[in-house]
Amino acid sequence: MTTSFADVASSNVALRTFLHGLPGVDRVGADQRAAMLGTRSIKTTAKAEAIDLAIRMVDLTTLEGADTPGKVRAMCAKAVHPDPADPAVPKVAAVCVYPDLVAQAVGALAGSGVKVASVATAFPSGRSSLDVKVADTRLAVEAGADEIDMVIDRGAFLSGDYVKVFEEITAIKEACGEAHLKVILETGELATYDNVRRASWLAMLAGGDFIKTSTGKVQPAATFPVTMVMLEAVRDFLAATGRAVGVKPAGGIRTTKDAIKMLVLVNEVAGDRWLAPDLFRLGASSVLNDLLMQRQKMATGRYAGPDYFTLD
Amino acid sequence: MSRTESPARLAVRKTYKLYIGGAFPRSESGRSYAVTSSKGEFLANASRASRKDARDAVAAARKAFGGWSGATPYNRGQILYRIAEMLEGRRAQFAAELADAGTKSPGDVVDAAVDRLVWYAGWSDKIAAVAGAANPVAGPYLNISSPEPTGVVAVVAPDDPLLGLVSVVAPVIVTGNTCVVVASERAPLPAVTLAEVLATSDLPGGVVNILTGSVKEIAPWLAGHMDVNALDLAGVSDPGLAVACEEAAAENLKRVLRPAPADRAADWAADWAADPGTRRLTAFLETKTVWHPTGI
Repeated sequence: MTTSFADVASSNVALRTFLHGLPGVDRVGADQRAAMLGTRSIKTTAKAEAIDLAIRMVDLTTLEGADTPGKVRAMCAKAVHPDPADPAVPKVAAVCVYPDLVAQAVGALAGSGVKVASVATAFPSGRSSLDVKVADTRLAVEAGADEIDMVIDRGAFLSGDYVKVFEEITAIKEACGEAHLKVILETGELATYDNVRRASWLAMLAGGDFIKTSTGKVQPAATFPVTMVMLEAVRDFLAATGRAVGVKPAGGIRTTKDAIKMLVLVNEVAGDRWLAPDLFRLGASSVLNDLLMQRQKMATGRYAGPDYFTLD
Repeated sequence: MSRTESPARLAVRKTYKLYIGGAFPRSESGRSYAVTSSKGEFLANASRASRKDARDAVAAARKAFGGWSGATPYNRGQILYRIAEMLEGRRAQFAAELADAGTKSPGDVVDAAVDRLVWYAGWSDKIAAVAGAANPVAGPYLNISSPEPTGVVAVVAPDDPLLGLVSVVAPVIVTGNTCVVVASERAPLPAVTLAEVLATSDLPGGVVNILTGSVKEIAPWLAGHMDVNALDLAGVSDPGLAVACEEAAAENLKRVLRPAPADRAADWAADWAADPGTRRLTAFLETKTVWHPTGI
């Protein structure tokens, strides 16, 4: 059974009525459930599979002012062969760069199957006019980006101007064309879990293909309860509309243990349909080396050292 | 029916835990083992560290390495001297624990341990003058060799619970290395008390990490760990284990300091009281040689 949300965004009042009509999130309950799911013990063969799956879900990201074409090329090489010494290690899902470096990444990844994602829309603050944001998006799409990571206007969202946020996402979605659109909610700035749920629904209603927790520039970033609330939202959205939207926690995931906890959360909250790179991504770079070290530990039986893996 | 006498006060006994990254965690595995005195009486339960505790300790040691190796030798010497001061202040406690462990004349042993620390503290800014050199070379170069710390050193401490422990840890850290120490399995309690001394001596957390438990269980994991740069097998009494550790250490070319050969095991205990020389200092140093063109 699917519901039509055609009229939900007809006016700010309608949108506000809908978003504020969503059930509230029990903060204590959400924290506790997320913590409880984080205590699962994943070992041996299940751990080996989880590590490989997590590697396939990684969006290898570099979003620094100091990024150079050389650094992007090095990162792309790592995306295709995360561990050059072991060809059995799968490729990562995508690399994520700023729009002006997309062409470099596209060139380096041609034919590899690794996607190129680009942040856009005045990342990370999102403080610019819609025209500039659309132009930023076009720049990335025309350079060949397969995926666009946009940021929502948190100022508009927090002041209750939901239609502005909605229309911005719609406009960017249109500018994306064939490219997939990931909508960054920047949950660290949304203050409450209720807002996270509302922003998730808003982004999905507006046509986002993915909802992403954070830019990585704001603390806290991807916490477990926030990711859980977003996973609940995509699960409910699928039930209501029949469309499956992906989730990408980004920032703050540094260890294999955290990555595996995320996978447990995905499986328990959204379901195993989301245990695939087309519906779940890990926005992180430092976690990849830890995943590789754990993988090597399982293969060789000795603890691995960071000296034997590339930094970028 | 009121009681006139207050009940006897319950003893507050110390929980002996591990020392990792400047904190005192219990073993990740939740295990412990009973430590008995030399007469077989129960003394305390000590944590029985697992391989994951060893892994965490190596990570802590690696994290501390940058800051500790970058500190000035003068500063490291000061901190070692501070450790000696703190140890001196706990003389009675150590003497009692050593007596329980069966050490003869424990007071003298504590004195020797304090003296050993002071002795090594003095080496901090002098070892470069002994282990380094300005080399005469056939060319217009200024050629200088200077010793640099090896990195993270895994140490299996000898069965001498205080003097032996201090004698293997001090030379490792005074030159800028950080270490993971597996304490004496039979008498680990003075090692945990020494950790309390280290924690209050301005020694940055993670420079020394102390594990208690089974040497046979932990040492091979440290020997095989790819992020450990050197291995001191001083306390490995089983020759088979020593060989196995040395083989595992070969994988990433760790420096290995072998235990005393079996035929000298008898005077092993006496060795810790003897003048140690600079052997243990230089064992965990790498020589960096710089060729500098002379003139401008």
